[in-house]
Amino acid sequence: MKRWLIWLPFIAFAAVLWLVAAELTRPADRTVRSRLVGQALPGFSLPAAVPGKPGLDARAFRIGEPRLLNIFASWCVPCAAEAPQLAALARAGVPIDAIAIRDKPEDVARFLARYGDPFRAIGADQTSAVQLALGSSGVPETFVIDGQGRIVEQHIGDLRAEDVARLTALVKGAR
Amino acid sequence: MIAEAGLAALWLAAAVALLQLVLAGVALRGGQAEVLAAVRPVAVTGGVLALLAFLCLVAVFVRSDMSVLLVVENSHSAKPLLYRISGVWGNHEGSMLLWVTVLGLAGAAIARIEHRLDERPLVATLGAQGAIALGFFAFLLFASNPFARVAQPPANGLGLNPLLQDPGLAFHPPTLYLGYVGLSVAFSFAVGALVTRDVGPAFARAMRPWVLGAWIFLTLGITAGSYWAYYELGWGGWWFWDPVENASLMPWLAATALLHSVTVLATRDGLRAWTVMLAVVAFSMSMIGTFLVRSGILTSVHAFAVDPSRGTFILALLALYIGGALALFALRIGTVKTGTTFELLSREGGLVLNNLLLSVILGVVLIGTLYPIVASAFGVQLSVGPPFFDKAAGPIALALVVALAAGPLVRWRRDRWDALAGRLLVPVAATGLALGAVVLFAPFKSVLSSAGLVLAAGLAVASVAPLWGRNLARTPLFTWGMVIAHLGVAVSLFGMAADAAFTRETLIAARPGEQVGVGPFRVTFDGLKPAMGPNWSALEGRFTVQRGDAAPFVLRPQQRFFAQPPTTTSEASIATLWDGQLYAVLGNADAGGRWQVRLWWKPFVTCIWAGGALIALGGALSLLGRIRRARLRHEEAWA
Repeated sequence: MKRWLIWLPFIAFAAVLWLVAAELTRPADRTVRSRLVGQALPGFSLPAAVPGKPGLDARAFRIGEPRLLNIFASWCVPCAAEAPQLAALARAGVPIDAIAIRDKPEDVARFLARYGDPFRAIGADQTSAVQLALGSSGVPETFVIDGQGRIVEQHIGDLRAEDVARLTALVKGAR
Repeated sequence: MIAEAGLAALWLAAAVALLQLVLAGVALRGGQAEVLAAVRPVAVTGGVLALLAFLCLVAVFVRSDMSVLLVVENSHSAKPLLYRISGVWGNHEGSMLLWVTVLGLAGAAIARIEHRLDERPLVATLGAQGAIALGFFAFLLFASNPFARVAQPPANGLGLNPLLQDPGLAFHPPTLYLGYVGLSVAFSFAVGALVTRDVGPAFARAMRPWVLGAWIFLTLGITAGSYWAYYELGWGGWWFWDPVENASLMPWLAATALLHSVTVLATRDGLRAWTVMLAVVAFSMSMIGTFLVRSGILTSVHAFAVDPSRGTFILALLALYIGGALALFALRIGTVKTGTTFELLSREGGLVLNNLLLSVILGVVLIGTLYPIVASAFGVQLSVGPPFFDKAAGPIALALVVALAAGPLVRWRRDRWDALAGRLLVPVAATGLALGAVVLFAPFKSVLSSAGLVLAAGLAVASVAPLWGRNLARTPLFTWGMVIAHLGVAVSLFGMAADAAFTRETLIAARPGEQVGVGPFRVTFDGLKPAMGPNWSALEGRFTVQRGDAAPFVLRPQQRFFAQPPTTTSEASIATLWDGQLYAVLGNADAGGRWQVRLWWKPFVTCIWAGGALIALGGALSLLGRIRRARLRHEEAWA
């Protein structure tokens, strides 16, 4: 047997070790990357969720103004928790539209009265059909949409304080 | 107080392990006879201290001492006693403590009962054991202290995952650990033999019972784990190629290869370097398995608590032990003389083929398990599942079955092809008959399952062939062991192939009163009623099952609600019949009051685990036979 062959198991093990160590020391990335990022919003047209506020149409996103699309529900606790962050974004001048999922007008109105209303328009999605078309699997989720109606980012779960600056920059940077 | 005593015992055990390592080193570097003689008692002391620490942890769990963090996180005073005890190893810290306890006890056992090996290789072996134990004690003390206290003891604990509150799971981890850690003894023997340059039949004979014992426990542990997953998870499958399952399969494959090569070394003084290599690899696979499971580097259904810093610690230990052993192997193996050589067609040749095929399967499983990590290093997220493993490992496993059928019928040293063909005549005829039966009667689902059915029949006949023409009463126990273990493989293979080929599945949404058919059965959904357990409540479905004109029987699958932690589990109801199992799972109800019900008819599925038990039984008989013969020889030598 050739001399160096004897070292083969050791070398193979060292290679595996190096690989695993590299993987272990790299901070784990747990973000779910949406396949819809870079794609156009699906077509939809939703009726108003509360009286006195317009409903939502997909065509309204193609007018050259980047903005956020928030998916929420009045029955959703993390949605209440992220309300201050949405309010902060609205104060920073970020336009926000919303879709209320499987909700009643009076419940949505009560929710907005209690936690604040940062939204310009709210569409009512009674069957989650639009939510599914967007590739959203729960509430709350927040999409960043550019001026051509393309999805720039999908944020799953409630917005935290540390997300506000990043999302503001994303919306301002988008065209 | 008990927790502090346990922690003190743990520190002392670590100190003793260090002492064991240092004494062994001094003794081997030409220390006095007293130093050499001191190593054995020190090893025994280490084992006792580790056991003491473990018993202290059991005590705080049994007493539900809520001032100990581990108890708070994993136990609840309302739990039945059995699960309060099994909660000890149902978590990271406790299971690591169990691991080193078994390691310490194994070291103590070598020191107490091993008298066939020369003193120097034995001391080197104990030194290696001390080194391994020291690292894992350090891991416990610095990164996973099981005895940590909480400042404000809560009124009660968080409870144990309900899936783990099952008699099967109470014994599955300790059994597997006995196997994993038993392999550490083989590893230490190999390191000891390399250090003292003493690789030969004596080393193999001393190592063989340990390998055999560890292998029996691994076989039992894997079989029990597979059955637990089958009935508790409610998915109706018995093997999922989950990383944690692979982590137990890989040491088993290596141990199986080692078991056979160590026989060649013990009987014929062949395969010296290869056997040493396998001994190193077998325990390395145990440690890599432990690492993969404990570091959280792989995603698995076994969602153990994970922590990267712990992963790094274990990784450093791996680098030290496996890397050290492999480097020692490379440096020293050149000085080990080549053992006896043999003809290609001989029992030795057959065992080499067995080893090669097992190693290839091991390689396939290892690559499949590690591939997600490799891919992730290149920025690709993926998982490797059953399609890969079935396709890649299945055909090799079937080739192994062919070798397994023929191997025991080949003579040692040299054989003739025509003579072997004569001995194989009946098994080949049985295979042919089975092939005819499968073609005529069995539905064709896949080449693999059909080939499995056919080969199982051939193997069953071939595995008892070594008994033909022998006086059964005078056949040595280890020959019986081999026959039964090989027969077990045939039985298990038959179960797997039958499950793959014949399983019938029905998934329906049913209202009480409705009837559904699955396989040869008519199943009537009678209704639901509530049920209560010690720490759960349940909704229990009642299903009356009728097969032909036979007496009907009842299945009662449940949806269980555990209060602490709040979890719902589905408890499958399984009827075991002579020719298979009927398996029922109760799902959720829809808005219209219809219940999701899943029914499987799995013909001969029980053979899978019965075969596993037979394999372990064969191993046990073989071990018993070896011990008996060694004792007889010992007595003869003194007579």
